[in-house]
Amino acid sequence: MKIIILGAGRVGTSVAKNLVSERNDITLIDNDPTRLVGLQDRYDLRVLVGSGTHISVLESAGAADADMLIACTASDESNLVACRIARQVFNIPQRIARIRSNEFVDRPDIIGAEGFCIDHLISPERSVTAYLERLVRFPEALQVADFADDNVTIVLVRVGQNSLLLRQTVADIGRMFASTIHVLAIFRDERPIQFSADTVFQIDDEVLVLIETQHLRSVMHELAQVRRQAHRIMIGGGGNIGARIARELSEQGYQVKLIEHDPERCERLASSLPANVLVLNGDVTDEALLEEENIDSIDVFLAVTDQDESNIMSALLAKRMGARRVMSLIARKSYDELMEGSRIDVAVAPDQTTIGELLRYVRRGDVVKVHKIRRGSVEALEAIVHGDANTSRVVGRRLGEIPLPSGATMAAVVRGDSVLLPTDDPVIESGDHVIVLVMRRRLLPQVERLFQVAPSFF
Amino acid sequence: MSQLQRLLVLVNLLGFTAMLFAFLMLIPAGVSLYLGESTFPAFRDAFLGTLLAGGAVFLASRTRQPLRWPDGFLLVALTWLVLPLVASVPIWLYFNRAGIPITFTHAYFEAASGLTTTGSSVLNHLQSLPTTIHVWRATLTWIGGLGVLVLTVAVLPHLGVGGSQVMRAETPGPMKDEKLTPRIASTAKGMYAIYLGLSAACALAYYLAGMRGTDVFVHMAATVSLGGFSTRDQGLAAFNSPAIEWVAMVFMLISGISFATHFNAIRYRSLGPYRRCAETPYFLAISLGLGVFVSAWLYHRGIYATPEEALRYGMFNTISVVTTTGFANTNYDAWPVFIPLLLLIFSCFTVSSASPGSGLKLIRMVLLLKHARLELLRVVHPRVVAPLRLGARLIDARVMQGILAFLFLYLTTLAIASLLLMGSGLEPMTAFTAALACLNNLGPGLGEVGPAGSYHLFTTFQTWVCTAMMLLGRLELVTVLVLFTPTFWRR
Repeated sequence: MKIIILGAGRVGTSVAKNLVSERNDITLIDNDPTRLVGLQDRYDLRVLVGSGTHISVLESAGAADADMLIACTASDESNLVACRIARQVFNIPQRIARIRSNEFVDRPDIIGAEGFCIDHLISPERSVTAYLERLVRFPEALQVADFADDNVTIVLVRVGQNSLLLRQTVADIGRMFASTIHVLAIFRDERPIQFSADTVFQIDDEVLVLIETQHLRSVMHELAQVRRQAHRIMIGGGGNIGARIARELSEQGYQVKLIEHDPERCERLASSLPANVLVLNGDVTDEALLEEENIDSIDVFLAVTDQDESNIMSALLAKRMGARRVMSLIARKSYDELMEGSRIDVAVAPDQTTIGELLRYVRRGDVVKVHKIRRGSVEALEAIVHGDANTSRVVGRRLGEIPLPSGATMAAVVRGDSVLLPTDDPVIESGDHVIVLVMRRRLLPQVERLFQVAPSFF
Repeated sequence: MSQLQRLLVLVNLLGFTAMLFAFLMLIPAGVSLYLGESTFPAFRDAFLGTLLAGGAVFLASRTRQPLRWPDGFLLVALTWLVLPLVASVPIWLYFNRAGIPITFTHAYFEAASGLTTTGSSVLNHLQSLPTTIHVWRATLTWIGGLGVLVLTVAVLPHLGVGGSQVMRAETPGPMKDEKLTPRIASTAKGMYAIYLGLSAACALAYYLAGMRGTDVFVHMAATVSLGGFSTRDQGLAAFNSPAIEWVAMVFMLISGISFATHFNAIRYRSLGPYRRCAETPYFLAISLGLGVFVSAWLYHRGIYATPEEALRYGMFNTISVVTTTGFANTNYDAWPVFIPLLLLIFSCFTVSSASPGSGLKLIRMVLLLKHARLELLRVVHPRVVAPLRLGARLIDARVMQGILAFLFLYLTTLAIASLLLMGSGLEPMTAFTAALACLNNLGPGLGEVGPAGSYHLFTTFQTWVCTAMMLLGRLELVTVLVLFTPTFWRR
């Protein structure tokens, strides 16, 4: 696919890096040459200096035969205008814009064909917030990903000292939870292992399980042996993400404290956030402040400043000072790996959530949801099956008969509101939502092809 | 502009106001002609005298200079000094010609009590007074209520008195950034319309409840303006009619709600503005909640034999006192002193800002409580950033300072007045409650000035202290006190 990306900021760069490795033809445009320096050498992509809203610049970027435009500059306005130009002048088939503001979200007249011609809005802040919010609801999980209109949830948990899973077999767990839980993968020492019903869970295993969302809460609580629901939340960093998550959580009834170092930003936050969010002015790594605010009674500490270093340090500090569960945003991959096995309970890579949001549109076939799991090492796809027995390779077949490459697993089939597990071995019908787990990136094209409808269908 | 020219502008405006005000005297004059009462000459002479004097001053001081903003304080204060003076003329004339001499002090007190919607009286045997005098007193209190609305909605916020800027943003206007003048005009028009409508409804309700004649007009005026004048010495108790008391309670509550909120509710044809208002829910909760508490307490203590009776007297007197109206359907001074004192204290802050009521106003109390809560929060969380918010609105620190200063001035004034009255020989309860009742433009206090008593036994000095309190309370203290600062004159 030929993709033009506008804006080489954090989002643009990470999108480019992720897509370039999937044999896409990427052109990255930014008006600040310093941001582009080095990108061209390190990655197999083309860079161009200029404004993404200029027709001439887009033209020399090859907009005339591009398949997709991803506008993710820092300015909402530029992104809007670029999409409009892409449609009107170059007729680029797919246009995606990153929009920070909430103003346009529910205005199809503005963003749609009569307005700025945007096919899809992405908002990294919003997806990170949603991601973190799910984690706060289930702080025992390393990752919580929802599929099929939230009928199914895939959860990644680590087998800890108190975990119910410890020294149980896969079959035991199935029995214990009356089949409401389905083990999808087990990672031991960073590698997925082959497992059977007799496999015994060991300490520090990371286990990927599929749970019907309606049972999620009860299953998770039992699984992690939670004594009480998380209630007191402390957020380090009052940027866009911090402010959003503070609002969301306080509206859901959590008790929220938010630390921000800039006094002026504090004033703005304090006047715009719900009144029961306690806005504190200070440094997130200030021990005295954390102590003053009873860090030892905090259930979840979220470090969400835009500095990886601050996030890591404050999360470590909070953990040492007694916060029950600490989560940190870590944007740099190297830091993320460095913190592997540290006392930070959950590290969240913000670009992974954004990428998931974008990949949906890049994947072939009718893909409705993509979640990157375990720092991107696994991709979980939700695709809708179309066609009939003649045009589709999956319709009319039993789940077990589908020729998946090894390294890809069927997780579940969702038909309407009912969830069918591989153990049921259902026959796939048109309209089913199929959730597939792909462990190796190079298998993706094969899996995609599986869910594409043969040309004769049209 | 020289000091003299500035003064000239003020005198000119005052002359004009007095001239206009004189025309109000035509109402009682007409009534006296119609009823054939002997009061006509007093009103005729007062009318002509005021018209001529006002007109002469107006013409003599004609100037092309505009009014300057800081002189607004002086104009407001002087207006509220001069109007009671003008209004007291016919009262003084009538009584002295009829051979029941009253002092100028008493005449002025009576007029000021009417115009400030206080509703206390120094006249005896109200039943025996000519109808015309009742009509004049009612006219004063009714027009006073109207004047107060415009004053509190449009003028005081503009002058920034005691943090009353917070009320400005609440006042309805076509656009937020609209200039002040059209807003004052349109706001005032809205207020007039609501006040008139409310008056008509109240009069009709009193009529349907069984009142007749002048009683309807007087009590209507006393109710919607939250004044409290009556045609009888015993007040509403003389009618002994639950229906009338119901009407009074409902309209006191309606008048106690911010008229700006009424305005919005009518404009948007929805009850939403009441719910979203920063005052109305609290106002209703306090008035009704306190009423229920008082009733329950009275019943529990065996003051009344049945719950119905306790509720009738408990509710009515609570609403009457906390809205600073000052009607009474029984002599509540006879209750254990805890209850009337409780009610008097609540009368300091229960009524809404843009209403004819007086005192600290609920909005200031709400902000003071929020401020105190934030202060406590800061003790527990020294690093917290918590600006004062009223709903979605941010309250500027400057406004809060204004309110705190206002509270200080209010309490100091109350203390000084109480001490002055006590020092001049009144017993403490009478002195304190008289000062409080006058400062809150409530009317009756306890003891000598209780619902069954009157202010007419006060000495000249004591009466003037009370008059000053009424005017100070009505003008929200700062407007007047600023005139006593040297810097105001030195500018």
